[in-house]
This record gives sequence, structure tokens and C-alpha cells, in this order.
Amino acid sequence: MNFFSITRYGLASLMLCVALSAHGEPKTLNTPLLEALTAIKQGSMTQREQAINSLVELKNPRSLVILQALLSGKLFICKDDDKLVIGEPNEQTYQIRDAIDDAPLAPINAEQVSKINLTNKLRSQLRKIIGELELNAEQADTRLAAVKAMNQDIDERMLELLKTRLAIEPDARVKQAIENSLLLQKVDSVDKNERIKAIEQLKTQANLSVVNKLKSLIEKDSDGQFAEADSDIRNLAEAALAKINTQLQVYSAIETVFFGLSLGAVLVLSAIGLAITFGVMGVINMAHGELMMIGAYTTYVIQQILPNQLGLSVILAIPAAFVIAGLVGIAIERGIIRFLYGRPLETLLATFGISLFLQQTVRSIFSPLNRSVATPEWMSGSWQINDFLSLTWNRFYILIFCLLVFVLLLQILKHTRLGLEVRAVAQNRRMAKAMGIPTARVDAMTFGLGSGIAGVAGVALSQITNVGPNLGQSYIVDSFMVVVFGGVGNLLGTLVAGFSLGIANKFLEPFAGAVLAKILVLIFIILFIQKRPRGLFPQKGRAADS
Amino acid sequence: MKNYLQTGKKLLGVLAISAALFGTAQAEDTIKVGVLHSLSGTMAISETTLKDTMLMLIDEQNKKGGLLGKKLEPVVVDPASNWPLFAEKARELLTKDKVSAIFGCWTSVSRKSVLPVIEELNGILFYPVQYEGEESSKNVFYTGAAPNQQAIPAVDYLMNDLKVKRWVLAGTDYVYPRTTNKILEAYLKAKGVAKKDIMINYTPFGHSDWQSIVADIKKFGSAGKKTAVVSTINGDANVPFYKELGNQGVSAENIPVVAFSVGEEELSGIDTKPLVGHLAAWNYFMSIDTTKNAEFIKQWKDYIKNPKRVTNDPMEAHYIGFNMWVKAVEKAGTTDPDAVQKAMIGIEYPNLTGGVSKMLPNHHITKPVLIGEIQDDGQFVTVWQTNKLVDGDAWSDFLPESKPIIADWTAPINCGNFNTKTKKCSGQNY
Amino acid sequence: MKLLASSLTDKTYASVLLTLLAVTFIIPLCNWLTPTDSPLHFSAYTVSLIGKYLSFALLGLSLDLVWGYCGILALGHGAFFALGGYAIGMYLMRQIGSRGVYGDPLLPDFMVFLNWQELPWYWFGFNHFGFALLMVVLVPGSLAFVFGWLAFRSRVTGVYLSIITQALTYALLLAFFRNEMGFGGNNGLTDFKEILGFSIQSEAVRSTLFLLSGLALIIALITCRWLVNTKLGRVITAIRDQEARVRFLGYRVELFKLWIFVFAAMLAGIAGALYVPQVGIINPSEFSPLNSLEIVIWVAMGGRGTLYGAIIGALVVNYCKTVLTGLLPDAWLYILGGLFIVVTVLLPDGIVGLIQRKLKEQRA
Repeated sequence: MNFFSITRYGLASLMLCVALSAHGEPKTLNTPLLEALTAIKQGSMTQREQAINSLVELKNPRSLVILQALLSGKLFICKDDDKLVIGEPNEQTYQIRDAIDDAPLAPINAEQVSKINLTNKLRSQLRKIIGELELNAEQADTRLAAVKAMNQDIDERMLELLKTRLAIEPDARVKQAIENSLLLQKVDSVDKNERIKAIEQLKTQANLSVVNKLKSLIEKDSDGQFAEADSDIRNLAEAALAKINTQLQVYSAIETVFFGLSLGAVLVLSAIGLAITFGVMGVINMAHGELMMIGAYTTYVIQQILPNQLGLSVILAIPAAFVIAGLVGIAIERGIIRFLYGRPLETLLATFGISLFLQQTVRSIFSPLNRSVATPEWMSGSWQINDFLSLTWNRFYILIFCLLVFVLLLQILKHTRLGLEVRAVAQNRRMAKAMGIPTARVDAMTFGLGSGIAGVAGVALSQITNVGPNLGQSYIVDSFMVVVFGGVGNLLGTLVAGFSLGIANKFLEPFAGAVLAKILVLIFIILFIQKRPRGLFPQKGRAADS
Repeated sequence: MKNYLQTGKKLLGVLAISAALFGTAQAEDTIKVGVLHSLSGTMAISETTLKDTMLMLIDEQNKKGGLLGKKLEPVVVDPASNWPLFAEKARELLTKDKVSAIFGCWTSVSRKSVLPVIEELNGILFYPVQYEGEESSKNVFYTGAAPNQQAIPAVDYLMNDLKVKRWVLAGTDYVYPRTTNKILEAYLKAKGVAKKDIMINYTPFGHSDWQSIVADIKKFGSAGKKTAVVSTINGDANVPFYKELGNQGVSAENIPVVAFSVGEEELSGIDTKPLVGHLAAWNYFMSIDTTKNAEFIKQWKDYIKNPKRVTNDPMEAHYIGFNMWVKAVEKAGTTDPDAVQKAMIGIEYPNLTGGVSKMLPNHHITKPVLIGEIQDDGQFVTVWQTNKLVDGDAWSDFLPESKPIIADWTAPINCGNFNTKTKKCSGQNY
Repeated sequence: MKLLASSLTDKTYASVLLTLLAVTFIIPLCNWLTPTDSPLHFSAYTVSLIGKYLSFALLGLSLDLVWGYCGILALGHGAFFALGGYAIGMYLMRQIGSRGVYGDPLLPDFMVFLNWQELPWYWFGFNHFGFALLMVVLVPGSLAFVFGWLAFRSRVTGVYLSIITQALTYALLLAFFRNEMGFGGNNGLTDFKEILGFSIQSEAVRSTLFLLSGLALIIALITCRWLVNTKLGRVITAIRDQEARVRFLGYRVELFKLWIFVFAAMLAGIAGALYVPQVGIINPSEFSPLNSLEIVIWVAMGGRGTLYGAIIGALVVNYCKTVLTGLLPDAWLYILGGLFIVVTVLLPDGIVGLIQRKLKEQRA
């Protein structure tokens, strides 16, 4: 690890040396390490910063391990004996090892350790140091990330590092990334031919640092003068940029469609339960939002029970939310709504009362504050396709989940006995009854099904928005719009309506802004209903008139 | 006809009884304190805590023997996040319950709604939340931060310490973000930031789909210059905003977000992973290490009977405001609003961060400004703070129309809106 | 329903009318005649509170006309109320003149603040009281006309109509939130000072506004009652019960619906105009779909299709709200929610239905 020049950390280590010799203690191998580690334990952030530098200077093999632990938030102080440990959370306890000699220690309670905090400044300092160390890491991906991170602000020393690495680099992707970095540097070289060559080569690569570099070549400074004096280079850069830009436009269109689809997925999920209770049964269910809220809170409760298994808890929450929200739905149907059949508008009133009731219940049980629902690892971050196009995982999963729920629901309605009965009752209640279908039970089951799906939607919503008593209210109006726009009583309509409204919204947003886009969509719905008074896919036949 | 008359009489009787209910006022040997915070509706999330804080403070004061030899009696009402209802409830508190002071409001619009009522009936309102300034009423004491006690120092920190060159000013579309962003824009331009390096974006309340906006911020921030987001995004919209930032790979190291409305309480309801390293500017953090603060936190946890509850900036504002009011009432020897209003100015009370806050003649208080980084336990690590307390400025010096205006509730000016150029006092209701 | 309408005797109607008359005149009279400390004197709080109830009652009445008699369940009726409120609010804003915070003689404070250089065109004329009053009915009326003309012509009915009225008020809510619209954004219009040169906080103005709210309600009640008993009213009720049949009989159903919808929107606008000066603020939250839903609940609670039922419902629900938010701040939503459930399940015809039943039992 000879890359740490004395000029960089000299002062710190010098001071450390002075301090050490002043103490006059016998120098064992670990004394400076201990000194640095004590400094890390100190509260002050400047002291921590110096300590990190001296850790690097020490070239102790433990340094990298300790620094990595520090960066990933795994470095703790034991409150009892003030010992520095590296810990992995495990249920309520921590598996800990001594930071200095790596000796495993007895597991310890979470309350007994306190984590060493970092600030952004320290974090980026650490990342840089570790990044340089990681340039020679085993995994190609780690190396690739290290190279890309270096591009942020590259200096002579790093260039040398990259060049040495290029000679021995086996992985093609990493090699290309390094070459790319070197090319970028060449754009600034003194030799004009070299510059032109570099730009020509860069033109074929669409990545962020290339675009920024090219842009900086054609920028004007505050006096209106070009930053780049040579007009040949400028023209070349402009041409290269134009070529890359067409590519970027395609990416941005793809991105917008994805945004629209994922917004649409949220709309469809929140509307699909309503499409059953409202669309099929004709109950104007104002408590639909609160059923979603119940689903979201179920996720929260399950996460409280299984705090260290986020992924599992979210997956378990899906059936749990379905069952709980479904049961609440059945209770609502049996307790109140069944007295109101044939008076659809009055169901609005009663369910509005229920929604107030449920909201206040949640406030009493869970407090009016929002609850924190964590996102599992595999749902965070994004799928980085290239520098300009990335799709966020949580949205992606919700999109898939939405389609799954939809297909499943359609299958239930088409291919199960319950589905058959539901459709029969929806089409002609009296006739169904005459054929021996237990309409009361079917009503309860249908309402339960719709409510259960609302609960499942709540699980999805808990991953993207607040879990609080107001969760339901913020989605109820949109849900009704989607169902009505798609055509009441038609599930496919709900799906198409949700996605098309989502995409329309996202295509309008860049021009009109978030608010105006929404207003325009609403006006569009109003006008559309004038043209097609029964939505996108109107119900046909007798039931349509009732 | 007789029948109609009888039914009419009955109805009239019912109405008369209810009218009597409205009008009754009983004289008791207590001093009443109104608590006007929403306990239901959208604002309940933030305001319920403040109601509990007030009950705790009043309880504590009663244990110390009350005030002027009388017990304090809290009167809690629920304005239900409904702005006209705030005005109605304020009137109820002042005329029916005859409270000596009201502690309440959170949003600017609720304060604006209450203002004419408080001024008409000469009440006293303590307003505990950071706000946009451009106001100073004889009857209101502003214990939250004015823009110069929060926004400007935060921007200074980003500019000087983090070397930020490009700015995104993102906010919810209402008066507080509008004002703050307007002040910041003027301030940044005065510091030589070009117009193309400032991006301003407004979203509606409770905005939940941040995909496009975060993508825009990412694009704006990838131009090679250090970029920061100054966020005045309100309450509920924050969770989806930070989640989207985290998921789209915007980390605090490349594009830090400094927020003015995200505190410990909001963080306790958020999965903090995507927020770690982002900043917030406040006048108080729960993590501040002073004995006063430790006492306050313990008191709060004991009172609320939940060791996991957190404290936050508006709670400290109520703590300071309430204790200042107690001191002022003791000084005046009466709860008479005019006397208390006079006595309030100049009252000093130690805040929880180690300094002594003072009520200024413009009805704002002195406060330290702290900048903290969010940690994954939902607490802040202070990374920067002012070396002395900053005076709250009611009228911003960075806006041309309010630059000549000052507020001073002492003689001879006695005006919340005094134009130093024309020497005229305007916009007053009395 | 039909049974109710016919047996619903004029008795209840008359007693409601008499009570309203009494309240309308007694309270202001007491306040004019007695000194402030007399027990017969009503406090400003009571006066403006009941005044607010009366304007809500008028709003409920207007909804009952379209929903109870014409069968149009408008879930966006609050929009017309809010527009009327904004119209009068704009007049009151212009009256502030140079007494605003920034002392601009022409522009309201929020415009000065947003750096607007001149008054937007739609604010012209609102310095005249008469013009503002005209707008109070014209703006909601013309919006209802355009919207209704489109909707009824293409025979949008039932839930579809309900939901697009909701979309309408939701779109307006979002629009009025925008500061660029020039209506004060989220803060709306507030800090009013004078109406026709009189201080808006003076007792005389308050009593007058109260008197006007009462009178407006009484006149509206009488007019509506007369209206529903005319031939036009009969056709409208027929449309509610069997729209297709009425159409086959040769009536232009959409014109009747349009007419009643516009009329109700104007009434709602008047209610809004009476409401705003009494509560002192108008802001976009009045457009929120939940507010409109609440109006429906007043009407259902009182008993729809009876006119005075809507009035009773509005008064009862709002009175409960006032009392409960003070007495039981933590639990009032339980009670209110429970009340809605109980009323719908057990009292399908609302409070009026209950009174009728009781009266009938007494007679029997």
C-alpha cells in the first residue's frame, strides 16, 4: 500500500509521531493502532478525520477491515468496557469481534453497543481511500465501481494507479472503464491531434462523464466567451454531443414510459379492490382507502414481529393483509352493508362513517404518527441499465406484483365456483337466487375478496409512501376515477384505465409540472365521460341500465 | 296551527338551550391555557405531539405550585386540520373559556386564519413552528424560526463547507416554501450563483409520485458541479421523496438534501436507510448533549410513557414559549393580555441547547442555528452551528418589498409593520 | 319515499320555517336592543357560529334540490359554494386597499409578494360590491351550466355523474392551490377588513350578516318549496323516479336537469358568499372532495327529498361537530362516524323520517 504519498497524510502522521514520542511509551506493534482507534472513539468529527488518515498511514492489515466496518456502520463501542468491536446484527443481539485482534467475543445486546457515527465528509473520505484500495480487489464489480468513482475528481496520482492497473487488468469491462477514464484525460492534453482522436473515440460511448466532458467543451463562461478556445475542437464536441443526444432521447422516453407504468400500477392496485366492491357489487365504498391502510399497517406489525427479516416479513404481509383486510371487509358487509342493498347511495354514507371510524381506531392504536416500514434490500436501489437509464427496483416489483394480482383475480372470477357465483349475482341477483346460489354468502365473500385485495394493495403502498392514518384518504379519489374511467364492473377496464392515466400523467408532467398535469388528466376524464358516458369498456346488456 | 306552534316552540327551546351552552362562562379559580392543535385530519401527525407537550408543561408547572397561586388548567380543542375551524375554535377559547393564552397552530394558513380573531379579542398566541416571516402581530409570539434562523445559515454551510455550486430549491406549493425559496434565490444570486444553476420546483401537498422530479434532480446534479437540494417539502410528501432519492441512487454524498421540515418526529416514521447523511437545519436537536435537554427528554418519555418517543424542534419552541409566558405573567403579576404582552419583551429563558433565548421587541426570539446530518437511528449529528444565538428577523432583508419594514412592539414605534422609509405603520387592525 | 313526501305534512315544514324566522330575527334584535353584558345578549362567537350553520343549511338545501328531487348525486357541490365564497372574498380583498402589509393600493399582499406587477384581468370589477354579488351567482351558475350542459346532453348518469362532479371539484382544488392562479394559493384570501365601508368585525355587521343568512335561507326554502310543487317541479321529481319514461313522454330531460342544477349551484354560491365574511377566510380546502361529501351527509342525515330535512341535517351535524371537537377532541370521530352508520342503517329517511314516525305514533 505504497500509494499514500507522504505529502497527503504527512502532517497527520508527523503529529502522531510527536505525540507518541512525547509519551515515551514502549512501542509495541499495536500502540499506534490503539492511538488511532482511541481517536476514532472520540466524539469530535475532526479528530475522527485525522484518526482515519493515520489508520491509513499505519499500513496495518487491520486498517482496511476497520475502515470498511466504519463505512458500513458496523463499528461499535461496547458501552461497558469501552472496547472497539465490529458487529453484525443478529436478531436482538450483535455478533461481535474485537476490532484489533479479530477475536470473537460473546454476543451482546443491541442496547449495550453504540455505533460510531459518520458525516458525509468522513464518508466520502473513507470511500475514496477504500476505493483506491479496492482498485485491486478480487471481484471485478468492485473494481469497476472503484474506477467509476475515481472519475469524479481524478488527479495525477490516480492516473498513474489506473495505468498500472490497466496493464494487469483481466476483466474486459473494467479495462474499458479504465481506458475511458484515460481517454477523458486525453481530451485535455496539449496535443491537438491527440485531443481530436480522443473525442472521436469517446463519441461512441454514451456515458455520463463523456457527456459532461463534451458539454464543458462547448460551454460559455460568464463573459460570453467560450471556455474552449479552439473552434475545431468545439465543433467536434458539438457533433459528438448531438449524436449522443439522440440516444439519450430514446432513453428518456423509455424512462417516462416506465414511470408512467409504475404510477399506473399503483393506481391499478389501489383501484382493483374497488372495482370489485364498487364495480361488481355497486357499493360506493368510501372505506376502501382505509382497507388499504389496514394492509399497510399489517406490514408494519409483521415487521415489528420479525425485525431482522425484512424480505420475509414483506412477503408474509401479503397473505396476512389479504386475510385481515378481507375479514374486516366481511365484518363490514355482514354488520352494515347487507342492510343497505338496493340503496347504493346510502352505502356511501355508511362506509364514510366506517372510514372515519377506522381512521380514528388506527390513531388510537398506533398513534397519529406515521409508522416506519422498512424496505427489504432486494427492493431498494435500482437496476442500472446504463448511465442514463435505470429502473428502480421497488417500482419494478410493484409493477410485476400488480400484474400478478390482476391475473390471479381474473382467474378467480373466471375459473372458480366463487367467481362464477359472484358474476351471476352481479348480473342478475334474483335469477341467481332462484338458481340456488346463496346470495348473502356470495355478497359477503365478494366484499371480502375486494377488501382483501385492497389490503394487498396496502402492502405495496407501504413500500413507497407513508404508513399513517391518512394513507387511505390520499388514494380514494384517484381510485374512484380509475374505476369509473375504465367502466364500472369491468376489471380489464380498470387495468387499462390505470395504466393509461399513469402514462398520460407522466408524459404531461415535464411540460406542465406535477400539479397542472394532474388537473389536465382530471379534465380529460370529465370530457371523456361526456363522450363515453359509461367509461372505456361499458357493460353491455341488461345490467348496464340498472 | 296550534300543532305547528308547539313543534316550533320545542325546536326553539332546543336552540335556546344550545345557545346557553355556547355562552356560558364559569368563573373558577384557575388560569386557563388554550391548546389549539389539530388532533384529527392531515395535520394530526405533527400537531398531536405538541398538544401532549403542552399538557406535560402545564402539569409540570402545576407540580411547582401553579402560577400566581392558582392552578393552570389546559383547555384542549380539536380544530381538525380545518382552517376556518381554527378561527372558530380560537374564538371559542377566548370568549367561552376565557383562556389567558393560546398555544397552537402549525401551518401558516391556520395562523393566518386565527390572526384576525386573536387581534380582535386581544388574546395571546404562541406559535411554535418555523415559518416564512413577513408578519409580526401584537398578539402573537413567534417561538419558531424565522427564515434567517434556518434557511440562510443552512445555505451558507452548503456553500462554504460543502462547496455546493448548483442548487435545487424544491418545495411544497404554499407560502412558507415560496417565501423561503424567494429569499434564498435572492441570496444565492447576491452570492454570484447564475440563474441556470438554480432549479426551482413546486409540488402539491402530499405529493407521492416523485419519479420524474427525482430523475430531473439527478440530471441537474450530474452536470459535474457539486449540487445540493434545499427542501421545503412538507410533511407527508417527504417519505416518498427520500425513498425515491435512495432508490434512484442519489446519495447524500453526491447530492445532499437539506430539509427544513424534517425532524426527529418525522424520522421516527420513516425507514431511515435512504436518508442517512442528508441534512436538516433546526434550532434544536434531540441529540444535543446538555443537562437541560437530558432532563427534558426524560420528562417527556416519562410523561408519554413510551421510552421510544422523540423530542423535536417545535416541542422545544413550546417549552421556551410556555416558560417565557410563565415568567412574563409572574413579572406582570396578572394574566391581563396587555400587561403580559408588555412584560414578554425582554424575557429571557434558557433553551435546551445551552444558550439563553430572549424575546425580542419584534415578538420573535433568539435561537442558535444547528445543521445536522441524519443518522440511521433517526437522530442528528450536529455538523455545524452558529457560534452565538441569532435574532429572529420578522421582515426579510433579502426581499425588496420588506427590506424597509421593521417590527418593534416597544414605544415609540409600537408597530409590527413599520416602514422605516415612509415612517408609517401599515397593515394593522387596530 | 313517495309516502314520505306526501304525508310529510306541511306541519313540519311550517314549524321549521317558523323556527328559522324566530332565530333569524330574535338574535339580531336582542343584540341591537340589549347592552353587551345583558344575559339576553348573544356573544359574537354564538352569532357567527349560528350564522355559519345557517349558510351551511342553505348549502344543504341547494344540494337537496338536485339530489333529493332530481336524483343527481353531486359529489362536487362544494365547488359552487367555494366559488361563491371566492367571489365575495375577492371583493373583501380589494376593500383592504392600501392597508395591506406591503401597503400596495391595488394589489393584494400575496400578489405583491409573488412579484406580480399588475392586477390580473379576472380581478377587475371586484372592487364594486354589486359586481361581486353578481359574480357570486354568475360564476357558479355558468360553471354549472357548462358542466351540466356537457354532462346531461350526453346522458351521463348515476355514479358516473357523481364521480365526474368529484373530479371537477378535485381539479378546482388543485388549481386553486397553485399560487400562479392568483387566488392566494393555500392560504387563500383572509385578513378582511371592511364590507361596504363597515368594519367586518363590528357587531352591527355581524348581526346583519346573520340576518341576511337567515333571510336567504328562509327565502330559498320558500322558493324551493314552491318550485318543487309547480309543474316544473313535478317533472323534475319524475325524472328522478323514471328518467327514461319522462323522456319518452316528450320532455327534454336534459334541459330540466340543467335548469335545476344551475339554480342549485347559484344557491350554493350565495351560501358561500354568506359564509366567507362570517368565518373570515376562504381557501382551497373548501374545494376538497371530502367537504362535498360532507354536504351529502348533512342531507342524508336530515332526510333527503324534503328540503327542510337538509336544513335540519346541516344544523345537527355541524352542531355536533362544534360540541364534540371541544368536549371529546380525541373521540369525536368515533361518534360522528358511528352516527353516520346508525342513521343510515336505522333511519333510512333521516331525522325527519324519525320525527314523522314519532308524530304519527303520537297521533295514533
